[in-house]
Amino acid sequence: MIVMKNVYKKYPNGVVAANGINIEIDRGEFVYVVGPSGAGKSTFIKMMYREERPTSGEIIINGINLATLRNKRVPQLRRQIGVVFQDFKLLPKLNVYENVAFALEVIEAPPAEIRKKVNDVLALVGLTQKARMFPNELSGGEEQRVSIARSIVNVPKVVIADEPTGNLDPETSWDIMKIFEQINARGTTIVMATHNREIVNAIKHRVIAIEGGLITRDEYGGEYYEG
Amino acid sequence: MKARTLGRHVRESFKSIRRNSWMTFASVSAVTVTLLLVGVFIVIMMNFNHLAKSIENDVEIKVVADPAADKVIIKELVEKVQSTDGVLEVVYSSRDAELDKMIKSFGDELSLYKQSNPLGDALYVKAKDPQQTAAIAKKIDTYDYTYDVVYGEEKVEKLFNVLNMSRNIGLVLILALLFTAMFLISNTIRITIVARRTEIEIMKLVGATNNFVRIPFVLEGMWLGIMGAIAPMLIISISYYKLFELLEPKLQGELFQLLNTAPFIYQLNGLILFMGISIGVWGSFMSVRKFLKV
Repeated sequence: MIVMKNVYKKYPNGVVAANGINIEIDRGEFVYVVGPSGAGKSTFIKMMYREERPTSGEIIINGINLATLRNKRVPQLRRQIGVVFQDFKLLPKLNVYENVAFALEVIEAPPAEIRKKVNDVLALVGLTQKARMFPNELSGGEEQRVSIARSIVNVPKVVIADEPTGNLDPETSWDIMKIFEQINARGTTIVMATHNREIVNAIKHRVIAIEGGLITRDEYGGEYYEG
Repeated sequence: MKARTLGRHVRESFKSIRRNSWMTFASVSAVTVTLLLVGVFIVIMMNFNHLAKSIENDVEIKVVADPAADKVIIKELVEKVQSTDGVLEVVYSSRDAELDKMIKSFGDELSLYKQSNPLGDALYVKAKDPQQTAAIAKKIDTYDYTYDVVYGEEKVEKLFNVLNMSRNIGLVLILALLFTAMFLISNTIRITIVARRTEIEIMKLVGATNNFVRIPFVLEGMWLGIMGAIAPMLIISISYYKLFELLEPKLQGELFQLLNTAPFIYQLNGLILFMGISIGVWGSFMSVRKFLKV
Protein backbone atom coordinates (compact mmCIF):
# COMPACT_ATOMS: atom_id res chain seq x y z
CA MET A 1 0.00 0.00 0.00
CA ILE A 2 2.67 2.47 1.10
CA VAL A 3 6.33 1.78 0.39
CA MET A 4 9.32 4.04 1.06
CA LYS A 5 12.76 3.00 -0.14
CA ASN A 6 15.91 4.88 0.92
CA VAL A 7 14.01 8.14 1.12
CA TYR A 8 16.25 11.13 1.69
CA LYS A 9 15.06 14.68 2.03
CA LYS A 10 17.27 17.72 2.45
CA TYR A 11 15.73 21.20 2.53
CA PRO A 12 17.43 24.14 0.80
CA ASN A 13 18.44 25.49 4.24
CA GLY A 14 20.49 22.34 4.83
CA VAL A 15 18.12 20.58 7.25
CA VAL A 16 17.95 16.84 6.61
CA ALA A 17 14.40 15.74 7.46
CA ALA A 18 14.64 12.21 6.08
CA ASN A 19 17.93 10.38 6.16
CA GLY A 20 17.30 7.07 4.42
CA ILE A 21 13.82 5.98 5.42
CA ASN A 22 12.64 2.45 4.54
CA ILE A 23 9.14 1.43 5.43
CA GLU A 24 6.24 -0.69 4.25
CA ILE A 25 2.66 -0.17 5.38
CA ASP A 26 -0.01 -2.69 4.35
CA ARG A 27 -3.60 -2.15 3.35
CA GLY A 28 -5.90 -1.63 6.34
CA GLU A 29 -3.14 -0.90 8.85
CA PHE A 30 -3.36 1.82 11.50
CA VAL A 31 0.03 3.39 12.08
CA TYR A 32 1.12 6.04 14.57
CA VAL A 33 4.13 8.13 13.58
CA VAL A 34 5.71 9.48 16.76
CA GLY A 35 8.79 11.50 17.62
CA PRO A 36 9.87 14.82 19.10
CA SER A 37 9.25 18.12 17.34
CA GLY A 38 11.56 18.63 14.38
CA ALA A 39 12.24 14.89 14.09
CA GLY A 40 10.90 14.73 10.55
CA LYS A 41 7.33 13.51 11.18
CA SER A 42 5.69 16.25 9.18
CA THR A 43 8.05 15.80 6.24
CA PHE A 44 7.36 12.05 6.36
CA ILE A 45 3.62 12.78 6.18
CA LYS A 46 3.88 15.55 3.59
CA MET A 47 5.93 13.40 1.22
CA MET A 48 3.06 10.90 1.09
CA TYR A 49 0.66 13.36 -0.55
CA ARG A 50 3.40 15.08 -2.52
CA GLU A 51 3.37 18.40 -0.73
CA GLU A 52 7.09 17.73 -0.38
CA ARG A 53 9.24 15.77 -2.80
CA PRO A 54 12.04 13.51 -1.60
CA THR A 55 15.55 14.57 -2.65
CA SER A 56 16.23 10.94 -3.49
CA GLY A 57 14.63 7.53 -2.96
CA GLU A 58 11.32 5.99 -3.91
CA ILE A 59 7.83 6.45 -2.50
CA ILE A 60 5.07 4.24 -3.82
CA ILE A 61 1.47 4.81 -2.74
CA ASN A 62 -1.31 2.65 -4.10
CA GLY A 63 1.04 1.61 -6.90
CA ILE A 64 1.84 5.22 -7.87
CA ASN A 65 5.52 6.07 -7.82
CA LEU A 66 5.71 9.57 -6.40
CA ALA A 67 9.30 10.06 -7.50
CA THR A 68 8.37 9.85 -11.17
CA LEU A 69 4.84 11.25 -10.84
CA ARG A 70 4.39 14.25 -13.09
CA ASN A 71 2.98 17.42 -11.55
CA LYS A 72 -0.05 17.11 -13.79
CA ARG A 73 -0.92 13.75 -12.21
CA VAL A 74 -0.64 14.94 -8.59
CA PRO A 75 -4.41 15.70 -8.37
CA GLN A 76 -5.09 12.06 -9.29
CA LEU A 77 -2.87 10.93 -6.39
CA ARG A 78 -4.52 13.27 -3.92
CA ARG A 79 -7.98 11.98 -4.83
CA GLN A 80 -6.93 8.58 -3.51
CA ILE A 81 -5.68 10.00 -0.22
CA GLY A 82 -7.57 11.80 2.51
CA VAL A 83 -5.61 14.32 4.51
CA VAL A 84 -6.52 15.63 7.97
CA PHE A 85 -4.62 18.58 9.44
CA GLN A 86 -3.95 19.81 12.95
CA ASP A 87 -5.43 23.22 12.04
CA PHE A 88 -8.42 21.62 10.19
CA LYS A 89 -8.00 23.80 7.08
CA LEU A 90 -11.71 24.41 6.55
CA LEU A 91 -12.99 27.09 4.19
CA PRO A 92 -14.44 29.75 6.51
CA LYS A 93 -16.97 31.00 3.98
CA LEU A 94 -18.50 27.59 3.34
CA ASN A 95 -20.81 25.83 5.77
CA VAL A 96 -20.22 22.30 7.09
CA TYR A 97 -22.10 20.63 4.25
CA GLU A 98 -20.36 22.75 1.58
CA ASN A 99 -16.93 22.14 3.09
CA VAL A 100 -17.41 18.41 2.81
CA ALA A 101 -19.11 18.57 -0.58
CA PHE A 102 -16.18 20.62 -1.86
CA ALA A 103 -13.93 17.55 -2.03
CA LEU A 104 -16.45 15.90 -4.35
CA GLU A 105 -17.17 18.98 -6.46
CA VAL A 106 -13.49 19.22 -7.19
CA ILE A 107 -13.55 15.76 -8.79
CA GLU A 108 -16.73 16.68 -10.70
CA ALA A 109 -18.97 14.12 -9.00
CA PRO A 110 -22.67 14.18 -10.01
CA PRO A 111 -24.89 16.24 -7.64
CA ALA A 112 -26.97 13.26 -6.54
CA GLU A 113 -23.85 11.35 -5.56
CA ILE A 114 -22.51 14.40 -3.71
CA ARG A 115 -25.72 14.72 -1.68
CA LYS A 116 -25.78 11.07 -0.70
CA LYS A 117 -22.11 10.76 0.17
CA VAL A 118 -21.97 14.02 2.14
CA ASN A 119 -25.05 13.11 4.18
CA ASP A 120 -23.66 9.63 4.89
CA VAL A 121 -20.31 10.91 6.03
CA LEU A 122 -21.83 13.69 8.15
CA ALA A 123 -23.90 11.03 9.90
CA LEU A 124 -20.75 9.00 10.52
CA VAL A 125 -18.97 11.90 12.23
CA GLY A 126 -22.19 12.95 14.03
CA LEU A 127 -22.67 16.35 12.42
CA THR A 128 -25.94 15.90 10.54
CA GLN A 129 -27.62 18.47 12.80
CA LYS A 130 -24.91 21.05 12.17
CA ALA A 131 -24.68 20.75 8.38
CA ARG A 132 -25.77 24.37 7.81
CA MET A 133 -23.42 25.91 10.38
CA PHE A 134 -20.23 27.75 9.49
CA PRO A 135 -16.78 26.83 10.86
CA ASN A 136 -16.68 29.84 13.21
CA GLU A 137 -19.85 28.55 14.89
CA LEU A 138 -18.29 25.16 15.70
CA SER A 139 -16.05 23.89 18.51
CA GLY A 140 -12.51 22.68 17.72
CA GLY A 141 -13.63 19.06 17.97
CA GLU A 142 -16.51 19.68 15.58
CA GLU A 143 -14.23 21.46 13.11
CA GLN A 144 -11.90 18.46 13.18
CA ARG A 145 -14.83 16.16 12.54
CA VAL A 146 -15.74 18.23 9.46
CA SER A 147 -12.14 17.97 8.32
CA ILE A 148 -12.24 14.17 8.79
CA ALA A 149 -15.57 13.97 6.98
CA ARG A 150 -14.04 15.87 4.06
CA SER A 151 -11.03 13.57 3.98
CA ILE A 152 -13.12 10.38 3.78
CA VAL A 153 -16.10 11.49 1.70
CA ASN A 154 -14.25 10.44 -1.40
CA VAL A 155 -13.72 6.93 0.06
CA PRO A 156 -9.92 7.07 -0.11
CA LYS A 157 -7.79 4.00 0.46
CA VAL A 158 -5.48 5.93 2.78
CA VAL A 159 -6.14 8.66 5.31
CA ILE A 160 -3.13 10.66 6.42
CA ALA A 161 -3.51 12.73 9.57
CA ASP A 162 -0.95 15.25 10.79
CA GLU A 163 -1.46 15.77 14.55
CA PRO A 164 -5.26 15.61 14.26
CA THR A 165 -5.72 15.94 18.03
CA GLY A 166 -2.96 18.51 18.51
CA ASN A 167 -5.35 21.41 19.01
CA LEU A 168 -8.03 19.53 20.96
CA ASP A 169 -8.73 18.83 24.63
CA PRO A 170 -8.33 15.20 25.85
CA GLU A 171 -12.01 14.36 25.86
CA THR A 172 -12.57 15.62 22.33
CA SER A 173 -9.41 13.82 21.23
CA TRP A 174 -10.96 10.49 22.32
CA ASP A 175 -14.07 11.24 20.27
CA ILE A 176 -11.92 11.97 17.23
CA MET A 177 -9.97 8.74 17.76
CA LYS A 178 -13.23 6.78 17.85
CA ILE A 179 -14.04 8.13 14.40
CA PHE A 180 -10.60 7.15 13.09
CA GLU A 181 -11.11 3.66 14.53
CA GLN A 182 -14.42 3.40 12.70
CA ILE A 183 -12.83 4.48 9.46
CA ASN A 184 -10.01 1.99 9.94
CA ALA A 185 -12.52 -0.76 10.69
CA ARG A 186 -13.96 -0.22 7.20
CA GLY A 187 -10.58 -1.16 5.74
CA THR A 188 -9.05 2.27 5.23
CA THR A 189 -5.33 2.54 5.94
CA ILE A 190 -4.56 5.25 8.49
CA VAL A 191 -1.22 6.96 9.01
CA MET A 192 -1.31 9.40 11.92
CA ALA A 193 1.48 11.61 13.16
CA THR A 194 0.85 12.36 16.83
CA HIS A 195 2.28 13.64 20.09
CA ASN A 196 -0.53 12.22 22.17
CA ARG A 197 1.04 9.66 24.53
CA GLU A 198 -2.26 8.61 26.19
CA ILE A 199 -3.89 7.77 22.91
CA VAL A 200 -0.93 5.82 21.53
CA ASN A 201 -0.61 3.83 24.75
CA ALA A 202 -4.33 3.16 25.13
CA ILE A 203 -5.40 2.37 21.56
CA LYS A 204 -2.69 -0.02 20.48
CA HIS A 205 -1.50 0.02 16.90
CA ARG A 206 1.77 -0.10 15.02
CA VAL A 207 4.15 2.66 16.18
CA ILE A 208 6.85 4.12 13.96
CA ALA A 209 9.24 6.41 15.83
CA ILE A 210 11.21 8.97 13.86
CA GLU A 211 14.17 10.92 15.15
CA GLY A 212 16.73 12.93 13.24
CA GLY A 213 15.14 11.87 9.97
CA LEU A 214 15.60 8.16 10.74
CA ILE A 215 13.22 5.44 11.84
CA THR A 216 14.46 4.49 15.31
CA ARG A 217 11.70 2.06 16.21
CA ASP A 218 8.94 0.16 14.40
CA GLU A 219 6.75 -1.97 16.68
CA TYR A 220 3.30 -3.48 16.30
CA GLY A 221 1.26 -2.58 19.39
CA GLY A 222 4.13 -0.40 20.58
CA GLU A 223 4.10 2.29 23.22
CA TYR A 224 4.86 5.98 23.07
CA TYR A 225 8.19 6.85 24.61
CA GLU A 226 11.02 9.09 23.55
CA GLY A 227 14.67 8.18 23.29
CA MET B 1 -14.73 20.04 -18.85
CA LYS B 2 -18.33 19.12 -18.12
CA ALA B 3 -21.02 21.77 -18.71
CA ARG B 4 -22.06 21.34 -15.08
CA THR B 5 -18.53 22.20 -13.97
CA LEU B 6 -18.44 25.27 -16.19
CA GLY B 7 -21.75 26.32 -14.63
CA ARG B 8 -20.20 25.81 -11.20
CA HIS B 9 -17.18 27.95 -12.17
CA VAL B 10 -19.43 30.76 -13.39
CA ARG B 11 -21.51 30.59 -10.19
CA GLU B 12 -18.36 30.53 -8.06
CA SER B 13 -16.92 33.55 -9.85
CA PHE B 14 -20.10 35.56 -9.20
CA LYS B 15 -20.24 34.37 -5.59
CA SER B 16 -16.68 35.46 -5.06
CA ILE B 17 -17.40 38.90 -6.51
CA ARG B 18 -20.25 39.29 -4.01
CA ARG B 19 -18.34 37.86 -1.06
CA ASN B 20 -15.25 39.98 -1.62
CA SER B 21 -17.24 43.12 -2.32
CA TRP B 22 -14.55 45.52 -1.12
CA MET B 23 -11.87 43.94 -3.23
CA THR B 24 -14.27 43.88 -6.17
CA PHE B 25 -14.87 47.59 -5.64
CA ALA B 26 -11.12 48.27 -5.49
CA SER B 27 -10.37 46.29 -8.66
CA VAL B 28 -13.28 47.72 -10.61
CA SER B 29 -12.28 51.26 -9.59
CA ALA B 30 -8.71 50.65 -10.68
CA VAL B 31 -9.92 49.35 -14.06
CA THR B 32 -12.37 52.23 -14.42
CA VAL B 33 -9.85 54.98 -13.67
CA THR B 34 -7.15 53.61 -15.93
CA LEU B 35 -9.46 52.76 -18.81
CA LEU B 36 -11.01 56.22 -18.56
CA LEU B 37 -7.55 57.78 -18.79
CA VAL B 38 -6.52 55.52 -21.64
CA GLY B 39 -9.84 56.15 -23.41
CA VAL B 40 -9.63 59.94 -23.15
CA PHE B 41 -6.06 59.78 -24.34
CA ILE B 42 -7.02 57.65 -27.31
CA VAL B 43 -9.77 60.14 -28.23
CA ILE B 44 -7.23 62.98 -28.16
CA MET B 45 -4.63 60.97 -30.06
CA MET B 46 -7.02 59.80 -32.75
CA ASN B 47 -8.31 63.34 -33.32
CA PHE B 48 -4.80 64.70 -33.37
CA ASN B 49 -3.89 62.04 -35.87
CA HIS B 50 -6.93 63.01 -37.93
CA LEU B 51 -5.78 66.64 -37.89
CA ALA B 52 -2.24 65.64 -38.78
CA LYS B 53 -3.55 63.63 -41.72
CA SER B 54 -5.59 66.51 -43.05
CA ILE B 55 -2.59 68.82 -42.74
CA GLU B 56 -0.41 66.29 -44.47
CA ASN B 57 -2.98 65.80 -47.22
CA ASP B 58 -2.81 69.51 -47.89
CA VAL B 59 0.87 69.28 -48.74
CA GLU B 60 1.53 69.28 -52.47
CA ILE B 61 4.37 69.74 -54.87
CA LYS B 62 4.19 72.51 -57.44
CA VAL B 63 6.11 71.68 -60.60
CA VAL B 64 6.65 74.66 -62.91
CA ALA B 65 7.41 73.57 -66.46
CA ASP B 66 9.99 75.27 -68.61
CA PRO B 67 8.15 78.20 -70.31
CA ALA B 68 9.85 77.18 -73.55
CA ALA B 69 8.23 73.76 -73.54
CA ASP B 70 5.48 73.18 -76.09
CA LYS B 71 2.20 71.35 -75.55
CA VAL B 72 3.53 67.95 -76.66
CA ILE B 73 6.41 68.17 -74.23
CA ILE B 74 4.09 69.27 -71.42
CA LYS B 75 1.81 66.34 -72.16
CA GLU B 76 4.77 63.98 -71.95
CA LEU B 77 5.89 65.63 -68.71
CA VAL B 78 2.44 65.22 -67.15
CA GLU B 79 2.45 61.56 -68.14
CA LYS B 80 5.93 61.06 -66.76
CA VAL B 81 5.10 62.72 -63.44
CA GLN B 82 1.89 60.74 -63.24
CA SER B 83 3.77 57.47 -63.64
CA THR B 84 6.35 58.39 -61.01
CA ASP B 85 6.37 56.00 -58.06
CA GLY B 86 4.33 57.25 -55.11
CA VAL B 87 2.36 59.89 -57.01
CA LEU B 88 -1.33 59.95 -56.17
CA GLU B 89 -2.63 62.61 -58.54
CA VAL B 90 -1.44 65.33 -60.87
CA VAL B 91 -3.53 68.43 -61.55
CA TYR B 92 -2.53 70.39 -64.65
CA SER B 93 -2.85 74.16 -64.63
CA SER B 94 -2.03 76.08 -67.82
CA ARG B 95 0.28 79.12 -67.79
CA ASP B 96 -2.75 81.38 -68.40
CA ALA B 97 -4.58 79.92 -65.45
CA GLU B 98 -1.48 80.46 -63.34
CA LEU B 99 -1.30 84.10 -64.37
CA ASP B 100 -4.98 84.57 -63.57
CA LYS B 101 -4.30 83.21 -60.08
CA MET B 102 -1.45 85.70 -59.66
CA ILE B 103 -3.59 88.60 -60.84
CA LYS B 104 -6.24 87.54 -58.34
CA SER B 105 -3.70 87.56 -55.53
CA PHE B 106 -1.51 90.53 -56.41
CA GLY B 107 -3.76 92.88 -58.37
CA ASP B 108 -4.55 94.07 -61.84
CA GLU B 109 -1.09 95.56 -62.47
CA LEU B 110 -0.02 92.10 -63.47
CA SER B 111 -2.55 92.09 -66.32
CA LEU B 112 0.22 93.69 -68.40
CA TYR B 113 1.82 90.28 -68.62
CA LYS B 114 -1.19 88.92 -70.44
CA GLN B 115 0.44 89.94 -73.74
CA SER B 116 3.53 87.87 -73.14
CA ASN B 117 3.01 85.47 -70.28
CA PRO B 118 6.42 84.72 -68.69
CA LEU B 119 5.04 81.88 -66.56
CA GLY B 120 5.32 78.23 -67.36
CA ASP B 121 2.55 75.63 -67.11
CA ALA B 122 2.20 74.20 -63.63
CA LEU B 123 1.52 70.72 -62.30
CA TYR B 124 0.18 70.23 -58.78
CA VAL B 125 1.31 66.84 -57.50
CA LYS B 126 0.01 64.97 -54.47
CA ALA B 127 1.92 62.05 -53.03
CA LYS B 128 0.18 58.83 -51.98
CA ASP B 129 2.12 59.05 -48.73
CA PRO B 130 2.58 62.71 -47.82
CA GLN B 131 5.75 61.81 -45.94
CA GLN B 132 7.30 60.92 -49.32
CA THR B 133 6.79 64.45 -50.69
CA ALA B 134 10.45 65.46 -50.48
CA ALA B 135 11.71 62.32 -52.21
CA ILE B 136 9.17 62.63 -55.02
CA ALA B 137 9.96 66.32 -55.50
CA LYS B 138 13.62 65.52 -55.76
CA LYS B 139 12.95 62.90 -58.38
CA ILE B 140 10.68 65.14 -60.45
CA ASP B 141 13.35 67.84 -60.30
CA THR B 142 15.65 65.60 -62.36
CA TYR B 143 13.15 65.36 -65.25
CA ASP B 144 13.75 67.44 -68.39
CA TYR B 145 11.71 70.60 -68.96
CA THR B 146 11.06 71.27 -65.29
CA TYR B 147 11.88 74.83 -64.42
CA ASP B 148 11.19 74.76 -60.72
CA VAL B 149 9.93 72.23 -58.16
CA VAL B 150 8.66 73.61 -54.86
CA TYR B 151 6.86 72.18 -51.87
CA GLY B 152 7.88 74.53 -49.05
CA GLU B 153 10.76 72.25 -48.15
CA GLU B 154 11.74 73.39 -44.70
CA LYS B 155 8.26 74.09 -43.43
CA VAL B 156 6.92 70.77 -44.60
CA GLU B 157 9.82 68.86 -43.16
CA LYS B 158 9.50 70.62 -39.83
CA LEU B 159 5.77 69.98 -39.82
CA PHE B 160 6.29 66.31 -40.53
CA ASN B 161 8.92 66.07 -37.81
CA VAL B 162 6.60 67.64 -35.25
CA LEU B 163 3.69 65.44 -36.31
CA ASN B 164 5.77 62.27 -36.19
CA MET B 165 7.21 63.13 -32.82
CA SER B 166 3.80 63.90 -31.35
CA ARG B 167 2.44 60.63 -32.67
CA ASN B 168 5.30 58.68 -31.13
CA ILE B 169 5.00 60.46 -27.81
CA GLY B 170 1.26 59.76 -27.81
CA LEU B 171 1.81 56.10 -28.54
CA VAL B 172 4.41 55.77 -25.80
CA LEU B 173 2.09 57.49 -23.34
CA ILE B 174 -0.80 55.17 -24.21
CA LEU B 175 1.43 52.14 -23.82
CA ALA B 176 2.78 53.45 -20.50
CA LEU B 177 -0.76 54.03 -19.28
CA LEU B 178 -1.79 50.54 -20.31
CA PHE B 179 1.17 49.02 -18.49
CA THR B 180 0.36 51.02 -15.37
CA ALA B 181 -3.20 49.80 -15.63
CA MET B 182 -2.14 46.18 -15.94
CA PHE B 183 0.26 46.51 -13.02
CA LEU B 184 -2.33 48.23 -10.85
CA ILE B 185 -5.05 45.73 -11.64
CA SER B 186 -2.93 42.62 -11.37
CA ASN B 187 -1.76 43.89 -7.98
CA THR B 188 -5.29 44.47 -6.77
CA ILE B 189 -6.34 41.06 -7.98
CA ARG B 190 -3.25 39.57 -6.39
CA ILE B 191 -4.30 41.00 -3.03
CA THR B 192 -7.71 39.39 -3.38
CA ILE B 193 -6.05 36.10 -4.28
CA VAL B 194 -3.53 36.26 -1.44
CA ALA B 195 -6.48 36.63 0.89
CA ARG B 196 -7.81 33.38 -0.53
CA ARG B 197 -4.56 31.49 -0.44
CA THR B 198 -5.85 28.88 2.01
CA GLU B 199 -8.81 28.26 -0.26
CA ILE B 200 -6.48 27.51 -3.17
CA GLU B 201 -4.25 25.37 -0.95
CA ILE B 202 -7.22 23.29 0.23
CA MET B 203 -8.52 22.93 -3.31
CA LYS B 204 -5.15 21.59 -4.38
CA LEU B 205 -4.92 19.25 -1.40
CA VAL B 206 -8.29 17.64 -2.06
CA GLY B 207 -7.19 16.92 -5.61
CA ALA B 208 -8.35 19.88 -7.70
CA THR B 209 -6.53 20.30 -10.99
CA ASN B 210 -4.84 23.62 -11.72
CA ASN B 211 -7.54 24.53 -14.23
CA PHE B 212 -10.28 23.79 -11.75
CA VAL B 213 -8.69 26.28 -9.35
CA ARG B 214 -7.79 28.79 -12.02
CA ILE B 215 -10.96 29.10 -14.10
CA PRO B 216 -13.21 30.76 -11.44
CA PHE B 217 -10.47 33.30 -10.75
CA VAL B 218 -9.95 34.03 -14.43
CA LEU B 219 -13.71 34.37 -14.95
CA GLU B 220 -13.82 36.71 -11.96
CA GLY B 221 -11.06 38.78 -13.54
CA MET B 222 -13.09 38.93 -16.73
CA TRP B 223 -16.23 40.16 -14.91
CA LEU B 224 -14.12 42.76 -13.08
CA GLY B 225 -12.69 43.92 -16.40
CA ILE B 226 -16.15 44.19 -17.97
CA MET B 227 -17.58 46.03 -14.95
CA GLY B 228 -14.61 48.37 -14.95
CA ALA B 229 -15.07 49.13 -18.65
CA ILE B 230 -18.74 50.13 -18.43
CA ALA B 231 -18.28 53.57 -16.85
CA PRO B 232 -15.43 54.66 -19.17
CA MET B 233 -17.42 53.53 -22.23
CA LEU B 234 -20.49 55.49 -21.15
CA ILE B 235 -18.61 58.59 -20.03
CA ILE B 236 -16.46 58.79 -23.14
CA SER B 237 -19.31 58.04 -25.57
CA ILE B 238 -21.71 60.58 -24.07
CA SER B 239 -19.02 63.26 -23.74
CA TYR B 240 -17.82 62.73 -27.28
CA TYR B 241 -21.34 62.91 -28.73
CA LYS B 242 -21.97 66.15 -26.82
CA LEU B 243 -18.62 67.61 -27.86
CA PHE B 244 -19.23 66.64 -31.47
CA GLU B 245 -22.69 68.22 -31.47
CA LEU B 246 -21.27 71.38 -29.96
CA LEU B 247 -18.15 71.78 -32.10
CA GLU B 248 -19.14 70.30 -35.44
CA PRO B 249 -21.14 73.35 -36.69
CA LYS B 250 -18.38 75.71 -35.59
CA LEU B 251 -15.66 73.78 -37.38
CA GLN B 252 -17.46 73.75 -40.77
CA GLY B 253 -14.95 74.51 -43.49
CA GLU B 254 -11.99 74.55 -41.10
CA LEU B 255 -8.94 72.41 -41.62
CA PHE B 256 -9.50 70.73 -38.24
CA GLN B 257 -12.51 68.44 -38.11
CA LEU B 258 -13.49 66.12 -35.25
CA LEU B 259 -13.58 62.45 -36.18
CA ASN B 260 -17.11 61.36 -37.02
CA THR B 261 -18.91 59.66 -34.15
CA ALA B 262 -20.23 56.81 -36.28
CA PRO B 263 -17.55 54.19 -36.56
CA PHE B 264 -15.13 55.86 -34.15
CA ILE B 265 -17.10 55.61 -30.90
CA TYR B 266 -18.13 52.00 -31.59
CA GLN B 267 -14.56 51.04 -32.31
CA LEU B 268 -13.34 52.87 -29.21
CA ASN B 269 -15.95 51.16 -27.01
CA GLY B 270 -14.95 47.81 -28.44
CA LEU B 271 -11.33 48.59 -27.71
CA ILE B 272 -12.03 49.70 -24.12
CA LEU B 273 -14.08 46.56 -23.45
CA PHE B 274 -11.37 44.41 -24.98
CA MET B 275 -8.70 46.12 -22.87
CA GLY B 276 -10.79 45.70 -19.71
CA ILE B 277 -11.32 42.00 -20.35
CA SER B 278 -7.70 41.34 -21.27
CA ILE B 279 -6.37 43.24 -18.28
CA GLY B 280 -8.73 41.40 -15.91
CA VAL B 281 -8.05 37.96 -17.37
CA TRP B 282 -4.33 38.51 -17.60
CA GLY B 283 -4.13 39.95 -14.08
CA SER B 284 -5.97 36.99 -12.53
CA PHE B 285 -4.08 34.46 -14.56
CA MET B 286 -0.70 35.82 -13.53
CA SER B 287 -1.69 36.25 -9.88
CA VAL B 288 -3.20 32.83 -9.36
CA ARG B 289 -0.26 31.11 -11.04
CA LYS B 290 1.98 31.80 -8.06
CA PHE B 291 -0.27 29.97 -5.65
CA LEU B 292 -0.87 26.87 -7.71
CA LYS B 293 2.43 25.26 -6.77
CA VAL B 294 1.14 23.43 -3.69
